[in-house]
Amino acid sequence: MSHADFQLKGSTITVVVLDIYRYLPDSFSTQLEQKILQAPQFFANSPVLINVGKLTNDGSPVDFRLLIKQCSELGLQPVGFKGASDEFASAIADTGLASLPDSSASVRAVSFEAPEPATQADPEVQVEIKTVVQEKVVQRPSKVITRPVRSGQQVYAEGADLIVLSQVSEGAEVLADGNIHVYGALRGRALAGVYGDTEARIFCQQMDAELVSVAGNFLLSESLDESIRKQSAQVYLQDDTLKVIPL
Amino acid sequence: MAKIIVVTSGKGGVGKTTTSAAIGTGLAMQGHRTIIIDFDVGLRNLDLIMGCERRVVYDFVNVINGEASLSQAVIKDKRTDNLYILAASQTRDKDALTQEGVQKVLDELSTNYDFIVCDSPAGIEKGAQMALYFADEAIVVTNPEVSSVRDSDRILGILQSKSKRAEQGKEPIKEHLLITRYNPSRVNDGEMLSVSDVEDILAIPLLGVIPESEAVLKASNQGAPVILDSQATAGQAYSDAVQRLLGDEIGHRFLNVEKKGFFKRLLGASA
Repeated sequence: MSHADFQLKGSTITVVVLDIYRYLPDSFSTQLEQKILQAPQFFANSPVLINVGKLTNDGSPVDFRLLIKQCSELGLQPVGFKGASDEFASAIADTGLASLPDSSASVRAVSFEAPEPATQADPEVQVEIKTVVQEKVVQRPSKVITRPVRSGQQVYAEGADLIVLSQVSEGAEVLADGNIHVYGALRGRALAGVYGDTEARIFCQQMDAELVSVAGNFLLSESLDESIRKQSAQVYLQDDTLKVIPL
Repeated sequence: MAKIIVVTSGKGGVGKTTTSAAIGTGLAMQGHRTIIIDFDVGLRNLDLIMGCERRVVYDFVNVINGEASLSQAVIKDKRTDNLYILAASQTRDKDALTQEGVQKVLDELSTNYDFIVCDSPAGIEKGAQMALYFADEAIVVTNPEVSSVRDSDRILGILQSKSKRAEQGKEPIKEHLLITRYNPSRVNDGEMLSVSDVEDILAIPLLGVIPESEAVLKASNQGAPVILDSQATAGQAYSDAVQRLLGDEIGHRFLNVEKKGFFKRLLGASA
């Protein structure tokens, strides 16, 4: 079977939405430029969706090609129109850009009313630029070690948890930005939260470590309580003090 | 294709060469064409233990440098059929071993032998790394004391990370633990680590336990591998280890203090 040359997928992207209420070419251009100058980096080559759902131009026609050109000249990339009424539908279709239906209820809910034109000294055009930023937590996969970590070896899980399914020998060192789990004897050094995460913990099946550390607070083998030695234990930070308790 | 077995330990003086000689001889006695190579360039010992020191004309380094062919350098053992020895150079140092050179020699031997036993020098530097680099299996020789065990742990880490199999992401080297100079009565007295202590720390399968025995020193001085001494406990323990290396499952012997028999007790009391 041959491989397909493409794949169709649904995807969500973040774009700048330009809500336009009234279009007078000269003042639109001036006001848009002023807005962009406030954060030129942010708007550079930014895709923009032009929402004409609230556009009323007192019955006069709108030159959408000019509108697109003005946006492009200021470094934006118009990708389409949204919410076109019958009044503008054919003019927008002529521009060749996409025409999307009116926005969903969710977007409408967060958009707010245009300020009263009366309060403006020059209320000719009101441009509102709205950005929607989606934040996603990116989780790095834990680092999993299946063989013993031997004397002289060092294993570091950067930005992640470290899971050792075997032992950590005397003279070996395991480090992680997150938690450390050792499903075997921990005889070497274990340093969790090396990037300063005070919530990081160390878990092991047999505590016999040379040194344990969480976010730079460390404890040497000789400071470990004898009752915990060779028992399954966890290590965590509480009020800048390392606690080692049985599991 | 020959199976390449490295005998290594990290620490010196634990019995690597004694083990190489005994295991190599044992494999040959089982009918496998075997060659033992001494990687300890500059501190050549294997030829003495094997009793062939007077027959060394060309050595491993000569072959690597192209100064002699393998057939000129390989020494046939006089006592055991199927057994051959390639001696190290006494006048050179470890820098004489190059990866390409070692590979060339091993490749050539591979077609002719069933087993290639590499007797590693002590330490974790170039000589030791060169001995283990091409290995398929490793016999880690450990004495039951803490420093030897820790050094063995270190060499196990190097087997995992710096061997050819590790670098190429192939199936890892098969590791075997061989505990030598084991003295059950000193273990009972708490002077020595027990087999289970060592197994617990190193966490690799146990190939054998060789009891401390006067026969080992005697064999070394006479230039005859101790495995040939079937009366000695050490010789018997090495024979068991060879059987296990070849896949037989047999129980471990000599782990406990020998109970004194009636006559021994009688003699002991009267002495």
